Amino acid sequence: MDKLVAQYSRPPHQNEFYSEQEQRDLTESLPPISLKFNLPPVDNSRAFLRAMTDDHSNPSCPIKLAHGTTTLAFRFQGGIIVATDSRATAGNWIASQTVKKVIPVSRLSRGEDKKSNEPTPGLLGTMAGGAADCQYWLRYLSQQCTLHEIRHKRRITVAAASKILANLTYAYKGMGLSMGTMLAGMTPQEGPALYYIDSDGTRLPGNLFCVGSGQTFAYGVLDANYRYDLTEEEALELGRRSILAAMHRDAYSGGFINLYHVKEEGWVHHGFDDMNPIFWKTKLEKGEFSNVTSEL
Amino acid sequence: MEVLLGITGKDFVILAASKAAMRGPTILKAEDDKTKQLNKHSLMAFSGEAGDTVQFAEYIQANIQLYTMRNDTELGPNAVASFVRGEMARSLRSRNPYTVNLLLGGVDPITQKPHLYWIDYLASLAPVPYAAHGYAQYYCLSTLDKHHHPDISLEEGMKLLEMCTDELKRRLPIDYKGVLVKVVTKDGVKEVEFDNNRIVKSA
Repeated sequence: MDKLVAQYSRPPHQNEFYSEQEQRDLTESLPPISLKFNLPPVDNSRAFLRAMTDDHSNPSCPIKLAHGTTTLAFRFQGGIIVATDSRATAGNWIASQTVKKVIPVSRLSRGEDKKSNEPTPGLLGTMAGGAADCQYWLRYLSQQCTLHEIRHKRRITVAAASKILANLTYAYKGMGLSMGTMLAGMTPQEGPALYYIDSDGTRLPGNLFCVGSGQTFAYGVLDANYRYDLTEEEALELGRRSILAAMHRDAYSGGFINLYHVKEEGWVHHGFDDMNPIFWKTKLEKGEFSNVTSEL
Repeated sequence: MEVLLGITGKDFVILAASKAAMRGPTILKAEDDKTKQLNKHSLMAFSGEAGDTVQFAEYIQANIQLYTMRNDTELGPNAVASFVRGEMARSLRSRNPYTVNLLLGGVDPITQKPHLYWIDYLASLAPVPYAAHGYAQYYCLSTLDKHHHPDISLEEGMKLLEMCTDELKRRLPIDYKGVLVKVVTKDGVKEVEFDNNRIVKSA
């Protein structure tokens, strides 16, 4: 009888959430992933790293990091457009023309881009700066997002995910990280959300960002034609055209135009297309790029 | 962060130059004219090292006028550009070369075709349909790539210039105090009104 009374004297919803202890375990425990890195056996590892990799002050530095990119993302009435080029450079050397600079960040959609028109739920991250840093830390973010999903039984917000990354880059500030990334996603709590995070520890929410060596060229086209009430078709075309402008003018950008659209149900891939035919089509059919001659 | 812009059209050349004269962190003057008229049909806009700019521009202006007086012939834009480039190339190999970047706009008095030349302090000369110097290159060339056509009217040209200055207002961190705009046509050079007080909203 006492047992029965005790059962009903508890607040009604007590059992529907985690206990005090469980909550503490969830919020105060560190992620079980080791983030300890081996450091070079030198006195000042930061100065050592700078001497090895900073080709601004030392053009003959032994390690040339992959840099140079154009990436852009903007919010509009129908969601978020994410577009990138696909060139990776190490100094003057074009290391690759087929880099995938849009990285899906979520348990469900990580892995290969499926050939499917079905929207894939989850966030998208873009990659500018050091390729390795971006890939590694976006994968780490992906793990954290998955853990969040398991712990809290709902998908992480873009605000929270971007904060994880920003706290991370801030913790490693000055130690040679190089990344400029945008996180785009749509959640029931936030609607379409876009954040810019870089290796200085900056984290900014916004409507429109361009990142990388070609950013100014992309801004030039994007700013002039951007409106929030763009149609889906117009928005995709503007994203494509802005990346093309940067690929044309910036020596460190080129290759293929990678286009994504983030909408309520998830993200949709809109092609990974060679810039060359698109450039000539734009020039010959629309009469743009009038400083380039098409005569032999 | 000086701004030089040039746009050609059907029968004109527009040259625009920022009005701020900057030294270090100070704006010394907000109504500076960074252009010089070389003869009836050609105009030169210049930016670069303080002191060098005006010295070089006046030197060129004087020599173009001297040539015209001696030979009793107006030089066309092409000839003026070649002369300027030649002087720049000569200066480049001297003890103290001029560090000046130039845009040269002109309308040929015979063919009445507009010409625009991009010249930098290393004496590169390039005939172009539209041009920019300094940071303006990074922001405006992509805009011009998209929206410029060789046969635009003066009105369309001014619209295009406005798109460029709008973008600079949005993205350049320093106030360049607006631009001074001059237009070269077959009738000569004239300064035109330009609304520098437009407020530009960022996305």
